[in-house]
Amino acid sequence: METVLRPYVETFIRWSKDRPEVVVLSADLTNSCEVARWRDTYPERFFSMGMAEQNMMGFASGLAREGFTPFIHTFAVFIYRRPYDQLVMSIAYPNLPVRLMAFLPGITTPGGVTHQAIEDVALMRATPNMTILETGDATEVETVLDVAHAVKGPVYVRMLRGEVPRLFRREEPMVFNRARVLCRGSDVVVITAGITTEEAMRATSALEHKGVSITHLHVSTLKPFSDPSVLEAIRTARHGVITLENHTIVGGLGSAVAELIADHGLGKKLVRLGLRDTYAHGASRQYLMREYGLDALSLVRAVETLCGEPTGITEQDLARVRLQAVHSQAKAEGL
Amino acid sequence: MTRDTRRDWKLETRRIAGNIRRRVLDHVIRNNGGYLSQACSSAEMFAVLYNKILHLGPSEAPRVPQKFCGVPRSDNPHFFSGSVYNGPRAPHLDRLILSPAHYALVLYATLIEVGRLAEDALKHFNRDGSTVEMIGAEHSPGVETTTGSLSQALSQAGGIALARRLKNETGRVWVVMSDGEFQEGQTWEAVATMVHYKLSNVGVFVDMNGQQCDGAMSSVMNIEPLAAKLEAFGARAVDVDGHDLEALFAPTQLPVEDRPLFVLARTDPARGVSLLEERAPQLHYLRFTSEEEKMRYRKFHDRLAKEG
Repeated sequence: METVLRPYVETFIRWSKDRPEVVVLSADLTNSCEVARWRDTYPERFFSMGMAEQNMMGFASGLAREGFTPFIHTFAVFIYRRPYDQLVMSIAYPNLPVRLMAFLPGITTPGGVTHQAIEDVALMRATPNMTILETGDATEVETVLDVAHAVKGPVYVRMLRGEVPRLFRREEPMVFNRARVLCRGSDVVVITAGITTEEAMRATSALEHKGVSITHLHVSTLKPFSDPSVLEAIRTARHGVITLENHTIVGGLGSAVAELIADHGLGKKLVRLGLRDTYAHGASRQYLMREYGLDALSLVRAVETLCGEPTGITEQDLARVRLQAVHSQAKAEGL
Repeated sequence: MTRDTRRDWKLETRRIAGNIRRRVLDHVIRNNGGYLSQACSSAEMFAVLYNKILHLGPSEAPRVPQKFCGVPRSDNPHFFSGSVYNGPRAPHLDRLILSPAHYALVLYATLIEVGRLAEDALKHFNRDGSTVEMIGAEHSPGVETTTGSLSQALSQAGGIALARRLKNETGRVWVVMSDGEFQEGQTWEAVATMVHYKLSNVGVFVDMNGQQCDGAMSSVMNIEPLAAKLEAFGARAVDVDGHDLEALFAPTQLPVEDRPLFVLARTDPARGVSLLEERAPQLHYLRFTSEEEKMRYRKFHDRLAKEG
């Protein structure tokens, strides 16, 4: 699998070239959010706001009210947790075109509980006027800007940085509110988003080998959540549905799928994998995914539960784990 | 400007201020309560702003307040901004951002006095389905931002001012604030940022009435010396008598420096309605405790009205 180094950096610079209305606000995490080169390329459109996120939301609001398209860059936790009132009252309520580029989603960081955005999707789903996108690979990081730009109101984007795998062909960009079908089968429907897709792909190939027929959908639009192909896939699932998300199982992808099943009276069993209403702590992504049941093995066990029989798949059977050093040249710091 | 016309603006402004105060008093009596002390303290400030300081075009809104047409949403084409009461947006025109949204009643009364709202517009105040809401939101007459959650307006005004500078617009961005908002950390974040970016096109009028929900600010959480703190942040801060029309106007005529201006209007929350002093220090919201008390306010109002 190809790994792409910092796909966002050049993409965003290129994309902004002929869009003079695009301005960037950053709260002292410019290099960490991969916009240092952008700042150096367009210094007149870059505004350092210091460590003051509440005020940053207000400035973004004012700029948006005057016709600019502000892109806020900081860690996800500093977008939805610390300044939530400002985000809602100054940006979401007036439905302003502010792009909230939220880095370090879920347990992608060893920065521990203060840096891990594990309930952001739940809060953003509950926030009227908000659109939520989540990138799962380099192609999505490269194409999410066009998707976000087409949305009239605010958009919250779970962003990936550093070394990002390319799971989807460059010719197949992210499409608003449309899931990607990664494989089709009739026993179980697996729905993933963000970094859990790569993990799930490891399990689905092993499961196919053992004769379990899986439909695997990758979701990049978490709100709205009304793609008819997701509904159709769930309808045809023989044993049930499994969601796997880099987030608490309360209020995120799993809840969105549960609502869909209930709203349409589909009556399918649902297993929600993710953080089970708990905080995590500082450790490597691989360790945390294993520890908190967000990994391929947890998915295999969930499939066995739904189907009612063991597959015999062991940890060794699962595809090689992509090892990623905590300290990587591709990141500005160790977070 | 001749001496006579100068006296004229002050006469007219004083008349407007008196009418704002009396209209709010009348309304509060009719509704058995309301934000009265805010009108007492800020009537001159609003009157000077609308009659002398703000460069606004004519209102683009109907004089009779519109019905509520839904919140801002991508699928709601009917939403309209309350800022249209302040006229069109144009590069050379000013903007007014109201920060303490519970001052909405004072703003509505001002809009009536300067002819931007119909004489009987307050009959829609706090009525179901109306835009003339108790805590103004951005569909309410004269209101551009939704700032009932206090201290958020200054940051938004900063963003507007920054955007206007990027667009080379010459109009200024005026903000009305209450002193209590200087207890919020966000206010100081905004001041630091406006100073950092040298936003000289922002002018802030602060109603320094020294009152908040729990009572006197000096007992709840002191913010003084505010002018010195603002100056230490790098802003220009001027202390003035908030009931003196000339003193309120003068700072706006100072040569523009490359920093935001704060006019700290020292005001009396019982100005013009001395009955209120009995209730000190609980002045934030007036709720009559008896019919007898209400009658005393009614008599007081009628006497004011007779004096004109």
